[in-house]
Amino acid sequence: MINFFSNTKVDKVGIEDRVSRISKRSLKSDAKLDGLKMILSMIDLTTLEGMDTVLKVQQLCYKATHLHYQISNLPNVAAVCVYPNMVKTAVDALKGTDVKVASVATAFPSGNSTLEIKIKDTKEAIINGADEVDMVISRGKFHSGEYNYVYDEIAAIKEVCGEKVRLKVILETGELGDFDHIRMASEIAINAGADFIKTSTGKISPAATLPITLVMLETIKDFYYKTGKIVGMKPAGGISNSKLALQYLMLVKETLGPIWLDKKWFRFGASSLANDVLMQIVKQQTGKYQSKNYFSND
Amino acid sequence: MNSNIQPLEFNGDWNLSPSLESTDHIDLKDKYGLFINGGFLEPLSNKYFSTINPSNENQISLIAEAGSEDINLAVKSAKDAYENVWSKMPAKERSKYIYRIARLIQEKAKELAVIETLDGGKPIRESRDVDVPLAAAHFFYYAGWADKLDYAFPNRNPKSIGVVGQIIPWNFPLMMAAWKIAPALATGNTVVLKPAESTSLTALKLAEIIQQADLPPGVVNIVTGAGSTGKLIVNHKDIKKIAFTGSTSVGKSIMKSIAGTSKKSTMELGGKAANIVFDDAPLDQAVEGVVNGIYFNQGHVCCAGSRLLVQESINEIFIRKLRDRIQSLILGNPLDKNTDIGAVNSKSQLDTINKYIDIGKNEGAEIFQLNCTIPDKGFWCPPTLFTNVSQSHVIAQEEIFGPVLAIQTFRTIDEAITKANNTPYGLSAGVWTDKGSKVFNLTSKLNAGVIWANTYNKFDPTSPFGGYKESGHGREGGLHGLEAYLNLE
Amino acid sequence: MSERIKVLKTYKIFIDGKFPRTESGRYYQTKNNGIPIANICMSSRKDMKNAVAAARKAFLGWSNRTAYNRSQILYRIAEMLETRKSQFLEELVLQGWTNKNAELEIYKTIDRIIYFAGWADKINQVFGSVNPVATSHFNFTMLEPMGVVGLITNEETPLLAIASCIIPAIVSGNTVVVIASEKAPLSALTFAEVISNSDVPPGVVNILSGSKKELSPHIYSHMDVNAIGDFSNLTNDEIKLTAVENLKRIRSFGASEISNDNFDSPYVIKDFMEAKTTWHPIESGFANSNSY
Repeated sequence: MINFFSNTKVDKVGIEDRVSRISKRSLKSDAKLDGLKMILSMIDLTTLEGMDTVLKVQQLCYKATHLHYQISNLPNVAAVCVYPNMVKTAVDALKGTDVKVASVATAFPSGNSTLEIKIKDTKEAIINGADEVDMVISRGKFHSGEYNYVYDEIAAIKEVCGEKVRLKVILETGELGDFDHIRMASEIAINAGADFIKTSTGKISPAATLPITLVMLETIKDFYYKTGKIVGMKPAGGISNSKLALQYLMLVKETLGPIWLDKKWFRFGASSLANDVLMQIVKQQTGKYQSKNYFSND
Repeated sequence: MNSNIQPLEFNGDWNLSPSLESTDHIDLKDKYGLFINGGFLEPLSNKYFSTINPSNENQISLIAEAGSEDINLAVKSAKDAYENVWSKMPAKERSKYIYRIARLIQEKAKELAVIETLDGGKPIRESRDVDVPLAAAHFFYYAGWADKLDYAFPNRNPKSIGVVGQIIPWNFPLMMAAWKIAPALATGNTVVLKPAESTSLTALKLAEIIQQADLPPGVVNIVTGAGSTGKLIVNHKDIKKIAFTGSTSVGKSIMKSIAGTSKKSTMELGGKAANIVFDDAPLDQAVEGVVNGIYFNQGHVCCAGSRLLVQESINEIFIRKLRDRIQSLILGNPLDKNTDIGAVNSKSQLDTINKYIDIGKNEGAEIFQLNCTIPDKGFWCPPTLFTNVSQSHVIAQEEIFGPVLAIQTFRTIDEAITKANNTPYGLSAGVWTDKGSKVFNLTSKLNAGVIWANTYNKFDPTSPFGGYKESGHGREGGLHGLEAYLNLE
Repeated sequence: MSERIKVLKTYKIFIDGKFPRTESGRYYQTKNNGIPIANICMSSRKDMKNAVAAARKAFLGWSNRTAYNRSQILYRIAEMLETRKSQFLEELVLQGWTNKNAELEIYKTIDRIIYFAGWADKINQVFGSVNPVATSHFNFTMLEPMGVVGLITNEETPLLAIASCIIPAIVSGNTVVVIASEKAPLSALTFAEVISNSDVPPGVVNILSGSKKELSPHIYSHMDVNAIGDFSNLTNDEIKLTAVENLKRIRSFGASEISNDNFDSPYVIKDFMEAKTTWHPIESGFANSNSY
């Protein structure tokens, strides 16, 4: 097999110390407001439910481009993230906007299917107009030590995506067991051609955490040092409030620097984060604490 | 790693806004007397000196300078308190007084942290998260020992010594006062303590806390002044033990002046610790440990990891990571909650640091510093590292006591051990490797009193601290820290 | 019948496992009631230098031996002493001891060596600690030998003193340079032969005879000596001051302290050990990282 592992180890307590230090950064006034708006622009607004319907997806797409009518100069979210059968609906609803359509694929969320079906799943999403594909890795194969299989599968999906469609590789870190595995899975995904690495499906707990994200950011950094190539990062699941999201941004700022502080290279996979950020923005602007009743819930 | 790739850029549009810790809640006087026999007294010397904020050079307060009559008075009050009150008090009662002090420190934590930062220049993040909580923790820990000493020294009938003289440095003013006073009180001694002249304020605030704890008068006396005041304490005939933390040269002069007397001593002196990074280390955490090892408290740390030994095969990538990490450090107003690097404690210390930086440059080592704006007033030194350093460079041998890292490489484990031990000091060392058996090989062969493996600059009241060789003798902290304050039969 | 003329043995010094003569070529005679007993080397500062170098060289190997192994070697010293007690008896009597006192001192010495031999693998169990720090780290403190220890024996109990200073120092892994009793050096130098025959590696114990006044300043000021155990009561403060230069640890013992049974205590061993504290992170459960 290709020897792409750096075999770099991760010390969990050290990671947690670093995260704890970054989490204590104090964000005030302009820095906070700018950060909140940046968060909005980085959200992959997500609905991934068995009961998703066309109308539900249309409502979500409207929200994606009309975050809060009372505030001017708000960005749109980065993308809307749906199942493959909803891609067409989303593409139609978002026509003419800068919001991308992302589709999960490859037998999301378990990934337990054959490569043929996963390729077909991916092609379907792309034919229907998806700009981005969020695939899951085969965790069972990973735990069996079949790292080549995991690598080849990612590479095969990336081949289907081509240059135009960006591939986010979901590691489902909550199923990987420890930080060294997360580091290794990140390296496999990055080397196999991932444009983004993503923590979670949102269906497994723990989903995204700051320490896990830091491990993945450090892997991205090492790949940059080695190749000069930039890979994006998407924590997903469990990020539902502004304070936490701002801490993620600080993590990116201090680990990789401002190049990554852009929706091109950093995304939040979230369904309820946007409204909390909006409430904070209004609080920053008015000085008054807000109620959920004043923010549309799609 | 590919050396043609551009370093990462850490200056962007999105920057932190100022976030200053409030100074509204602090209570500071314009002038402080000496804390003797439970009250603040005007110095009989009639002398005062000023203490300044090293980040803007503004005067904060006037501090009394204790002369020989003042020291006589302080020692006498400590002796009286020892003979008449403290040594006679049941240990359980003594213990409760010490607990009171611990609680009061916690309750005044914010005020103490702000004053520590104003007076000493260290970032509020550190005084808030490290200095003050550890000071309280030390009192808590030792309070509990007061009535359990027989279990620490079975068959030895431990007995207090009498009046102990304690002289502490300016790098961790309140924490060092706690490290000294807490075990001394728990073991039944009374105290005459002198803080460093540039950082007296938190010790004086501690004196106020001691008053509020209603500790019997004279049990703790805090006298301020410079080296000459310290000498008066060292040489006073009724002082039974000296506990000193400071430079090795002053430590030696104290040892000389008490040689031939029956005075006991503990010495926590200088260091030139090696932080050793192997190619199988968790590299990013090692970077963090190295940064924390040398830039914590502007490098004013006796156990600072001031020598970095990197295995040659990872030298290039490790230094790149280190440089990138340094670029994300924030130097500035110590009161800003986001400041990582505060002000150097004094003009004279800044001069010393700059002298060594010049030496390093003249020796031909390659310098790298954080690219940042240095404030107009105050004393500042950006985080600095030197590469291409050999064991023979002065900057690899002498303690700088500032944010200056000397980086050397090594090829084998034995070479790392030899280089790490090749120093008259022996306070601390760091080891970074993922391999357990290698950790224990290193930790057993490094000649130092504290070894951090895959971590650095961690402190805890239960953990003994102190050096080998010229880094001093005796231990502070933990069970082992009690012994220096007791006579064992 | 005329008495047989005795062979006056020249007692050599003990450095690095060998028995050289002093490089200085100087000798003195020990006498009892004016009658010469033996020729003794008057060691020089250069002999001292060689002895310290040998001790330094031996330190790493000796301190890295397992505690069990050091314990066995020390026990072997006691065994050897037991089998050669008649020689020690004869020498002590030659040097003016009564038969009874000599016998008592020999037995006490043997028993003391056995007592301390047993501590080798116990000292860290009693004085080491695991420290419950408030962060996610495993933290423990263990005692380690200091390095090269300079020892100056007393004049009162030459055999007991030589064993009492050497054994507690080497049991933990230190190596030693000893200045023997000046007036009654025979026991010390014969003790060197016992050491030499007891599997003690070369350089762990080095024994010099000669003038304490001449040799003491050199051991106190030697920059590669980590600690001094002074049993002599002779050293003046001025000499002690030179030990400050490399911050040697100094422990003085009075003659009565050695004779006392209370000397049999682990605290004597501890006097020549340093406490080392080690930290290492402890990973918490994987799911715990969710707390952020």
